[in-house]
Parts: sequence; structure tokens; C-alpha cells
Amino acid sequence: MTETLTMAKALNRGLRRALQADPKVLLAGEDIGKLGGVFRVTENLQAEFGENRVIDSPLAESGIVGTAIGLCMRGYRPVVEMQFDGFVFPAFSQIVTQVAKLHMRTGGQTPMPMVIRIPYGGGIGAIEHHSESPEAYFAHTPGLKVVTCANSNDAYWMMQQAIQSDDPVVFLEPKRRYQTKSTVNFSARPEPMHQASITRYGTDATLLCYGPMVKTCLDAATVAAEEGMSLEVVDLRTLSPVDWVTIMSSVRRTKRAVVVHEAPLTLGLGAEIAARLHQDLFYVMESPVLRVAGYDMPYPPSRVEEEYLPSVDRILDAVDQSLNY
Amino acid sequence: MRGQSHDMVQLLTPDGQRVHNDDFDFSGTTDDLVGYLRDMILARRFDAEATALQRHGELGLWPPLLGQEAAQVGSAHAVRDQDVVFPSYREHAVAMVLGVPVSNFLGLFRGTDGGNWDNLDKFKNYQIVIGCQPLHATGYAMGLQLDGVVGPDAEDPAAVIVYHGDGAASQGDVNEAYVFAASYNAPVVFFCQNNQWAISEPIALQSRIPLYERARGFGFPGVQVDGNDVLAVKAVTDWAMDRARGGEGPTFIEAFTYRLGAHTTSDDPTKYRTSSEEEEWKGRDPIARLTTYLKAEGVIDDDWLDQMDEDARQFGEDVRATIPTLEPVTMDGLFQTVYAEPSVALESQRREYLDYAAAGEDA
Repeated sequence: MTETLTMAKALNRGLRRALQADPKVLLAGEDIGKLGGVFRVTENLQAEFGENRVIDSPLAESGIVGTAIGLCMRGYRPVVEMQFDGFVFPAFSQIVTQVAKLHMRTGGQTPMPMVIRIPYGGGIGAIEHHSESPEAYFAHTPGLKVVTCANSNDAYWMMQQAIQSDDPVVFLEPKRRYQTKSTVNFSARPEPMHQASITRYGTDATLLCYGPMVKTCLDAATVAAEEGMSLEVVDLRTLSPVDWVTIMSSVRRTKRAVVVHEAPLTLGLGAEIAARLHQDLFYVMESPVLRVAGYDMPYPPSRVEEEYLPSVDRILDAVDQSLNY
Repeated sequence: MRGQSHDMVQLLTPDGQRVHNDDFDFSGTTDDLVGYLRDMILARRFDAEATALQRHGELGLWPPLLGQEAAQVGSAHAVRDQDVVFPSYREHAVAMVLGVPVSNFLGLFRGTDGGNWDNLDKFKNYQIVIGCQPLHATGYAMGLQLDGVVGPDAEDPAAVIVYHGDGAASQGDVNEAYVFAASYNAPVVFFCQNNQWAISEPIALQSRIPLYERARGFGFPGVQVDGNDVLAVKAVTDWAMDRARGGEGPTFIEAFTYRLGAHTTSDDPTKYRTSSEEEEWKGRDPIARLTTYLKAEGVIDDDWLDQMDEDARQFGEDVRATIPTLEPVTMDGLFQTVYAEPSVALESQRREYLDYAAAGEDA
């Protein structure tokens, strides 16, 4: 059975199904109950599952994550919402000093089956602190797992997989794609959560991307095809752990790679990917790994954000550089 | 004493006299008191041994509890089988009362493991980051509520007690815990040991009013109790835990006490406080006052105390003997506990490590 849904609706369906499947699943966050969340991702869920399972939280992000830790210890599987990427930082201490470490430091006795949902990324004309890409902080923190969806099918299935995981999962939702529709297949067996996906096959170079940049890269590949270039697009899906097998298998074939992310360039995911590609495919590749990323500045005011964000043109420029190396 | 309220609950004076309080009374037996005295003496001995072990290089660090025995032993005895405890990092006496083997603490501070208690379901891991744990305790208490094990209709109603200090009371997380506990009426008791010093910073830097008065602003009761009076601590904590178990919500207890030792073995209190202050607090010693009282009542005598000395000496020997038995965790074991479900990427690092380690052994 398939249905065409916006990503926000697909996430909502995934959450709903997880709430139905396991009475230990709880949602908590600011404005997620009556309002259904500022992006309506949790719309109608409190009405269906009650105030004890879809919990409006006091306005304190650290409190939301900190109490979710206690709920995990009591056997619950909390799914907490950070309202925007820029507001996760009050909870940063609880996430990196507690959520990420409790399992190892207690010899495996304290699993943290928590999902931390974060709408992330720019491109929606928002005011400051509402457009950030904090994924590298979390991917750099051992003990966390980090995933992101780029289409409605992944939104629906990966949300359920993240909730079923016994490890803490930072679930990044590309907010500028919330209203983009695509097909959800409710009956097909989903791909494993920690696996990248080749969303477009090509032969000349590989674009490695995730979340909001997958659509931009697919657009770039379409334009490139008109110009006679065949670009492969890999949607990483999982940022911690990274699925090196899929990345390597693609770049081994195309011999050229461009990493694309909205997050600032320096020490972003692209740096790690470039290092690994050079380490593993040094004699295979025809050109150095290039990166198209946000600049190393705080996220800019929205009137100029399109110049900051990786665009089809910037991506194609990098592809040209790679091909002409 | 600055910060001490006229309302401070006290049932046993520093010179060992029982006094009446209109609201609280000690409901236990004389045998209970003898047990508490024994617990306090053994805890003090354990603490002294651990401090010495650090001086001998056997522990990396030790945070002494010296002076806080009554606050910890009294409150720990208010914990029932179904209740759960969230400690900070100095609750050695609480842990001992609740049956956590002392070898566990030595492991954490020796660096042989990360604080992996044997009965973690009851007594949660030590918390080093100041003020993180009250939120965990509050969340756990919310879970108890959701499970229906709180309130007058529950069969064995449960509650949570969480320990934090006067310094932690300044942390945002601790104040958020008060907010969440109040909002959800969570069955949690915030047991604050105000030992007057957060390393070198006096309580006056953390709060301009007695800490217990803050609770009212959050919407739940706060009580100040003489933290060196084990009877009063037990009585007040019993009351607060019963409120929580009965579904009446959170309580804040300020146990007014004093850290007679250093913050940790790395600290030097002579740099920031006077010996006259320390001497004044030695006059309020929790063990001395209960000893005086029980002797005056004819419950214990010098023979009992001599036997206790011998028991404590033997216990000290046992503590020292555990040190060589502490096996460090292995790197391989750590690799395998970073996640509950293995990560392929980390698994490849584990194999890399194992190959490297094996090559080293061959060389």
C-alpha cells in the first residue's frame, strides 16, 4: 500500500504507529500536545493517545532531555522534540555528558532508548537560531547515533526504527522539506536505518549528501544530465555511524566525490568523509574529494541565506572542478 | 549560624539532649538508633580508609563525607524497598546503608570502572556533573506515576529521593527539575545537603536566603532540618517520602550540615575557611551527639564502643583488602558497551584495536 504524503505527515504517521505499537513510547516537548508542534508533526496525537503519552513540557530543553533520561531508566522510550535546531543547546550538556555516556559507564546496564527530534537546516526565511545544522556536534559524540531523512518514506520508517533502537538517536528533520510530498510505501520492508541509499545512479562523479541537500543534489544531477554528465547521488541517511560500505562502493565506481552539506565547512561531516575516502581509495580516485558547504560564519540573516546555502550552481561548479582536475 | 532558620527541625541537640518538635517526631526504636550509630561509625571509617588510600596512590581522587554521616544515614533509612535513589558523588553512607558493596566506589575512584554498581536499579550511578541528576530523578518519578505505583490506591507506593548539594542549587538543571517536579506533581524528594561550602565558595554566594525557602517559589514545601541530627533527618525524610508515595508531590529538604573535610583529596580548605569555623562544627558532630545520648540512656556503654572500634578496624582492613581485587574494565569490554546495538563503524575500530593489541603481545 502506498500513499503520497508530506514529510511532516509521514513523520506524524510514523510517530502514531510507534505509539500504537508500544505502550512504553512517549512523546514530550514544547507545544507538541494541543498545538501539535510548531510544524504540526505531532498533530492530533495528544487527542488520540492522551496527555500522559503526548506530554506538553515546560519551556526548558535541558529539563525535557534530563527527565527523558529518568523515563528511560524507568523503562520508557521517550521521543523528545527540540523545537528548533538553535534551541537544542540548553540540552547539550544532558545529551553529551549523560545520554551518550550512561550505557558505557554503567557497563551496559543503562540503555537510553531515546529519540531526540530536531528540525534542522535553513532555507525557510526564518529569524536567527532557527536555521542551523548542528549535526557534527552530535556525530562527534560517541554513544549517540545520528540519522536524518530526506523523503517521506524514510521519514515514516526511520522514525519507527529510531524509536525501536535501544540506543539514543538524534533524529534530524530537514524543516524546509517538511511540506514536500513523496510516496510512502507502508507495506514494503524498509531499508535498515544505518544504511546509506543510492538515490540516483551515475558514472562520472558521486554527490554525497543528506537531509535537505538531497533534493538540491538531485536537482543538480538533473541539470548535469542535460549537459551530458552522469552524477550519482548518495543519501547518507545515517551520520553516526556513517555507512562507509555504500559510500565506498559508489566512489569506487565513479572515482570522484563531492560532499554537500548546509553545515559550516570546517570539521563538518565532509571533512571526515574526505579523510576516509582518501585513506581507502587513494589509488582509485581521479581527483581530490571536494566539499560544498555553508561558510564558516554564524548562519546569516535570511535575506542572504540563499547565497550561504549550497545551491545547484555551487554544486555543479564543484563537479566541474572535480572532472577537470 | 548564618542560614540556619529558627524553624530548623531538631530532635537531638549537639550535646545529646532529646528535644520536642511540634511537627516531627522520631518514630523508630532504640535498636534503630543503635543501628544508625553503627552505620555512621562504619561510614566514617570507610571514608577515612578511602582518603588514606588516595594518599597512598591507590585511588585517583576521593570526595570525603566526613561530618555528613547523619544526613546520609538518616535519609537512607527512610528509603523503602520500592523506592529509588539518585546520588551525587559523595553519598557513600547512603550507598552503604542500601547495600552497595564498597568495592564499587573504590572502582570508580580508582579508575578501574566507570561507576558500575551491583544494584543500579535501586541506587543509581554516581553523578559527577554538578546538578544533572535531579532531572533524571524527576523523570524517573514521572515514570512511577505513569506506571500507577504512586498515590493512595497503589499497593506499595514508591517514590524517588535525589541528593544534591548547596552548590548544585545554583545550576539551571536543578531549578528545571524543581519546575518539572512541581508541574507534574512528581513523587520526588530533593534532599539537599547544605554543607556550607561548594569547594571554596560559601553558601552566601549561592543563595541570599535559606535554601529551603526557595521551594515555596516553585510550589512545593521546603523544610530545613539539622543535618547532623540523625533522628530529625529520619523523621523529616520519612514524612517527605510518604507525601511523595501518597501522590502529594515533591518536597525539598535542606539538611543543614558541614563538610568537615576537604571537597576532595585535591582540595585545600585552609585557603578559604577558618579553623575556628571547623572547630565550631566539630562541636556539632553527628556521631558524638548520638553516642552521648545513647550512653546517657544506658543503651550502649564503653564495652559496646570498644567492640564498635574493633568492628570498624576490621572493616577498614576489609576495605584495604578489596583494592588488589579490583579488575580494570578491558578496552574490548568498553568497545562493546558504547552502544546497546553494535555500530558497524565502531566494530571496525574494535577489530583494529584487537589486532594492534595482539601484535604488541607478540612483539
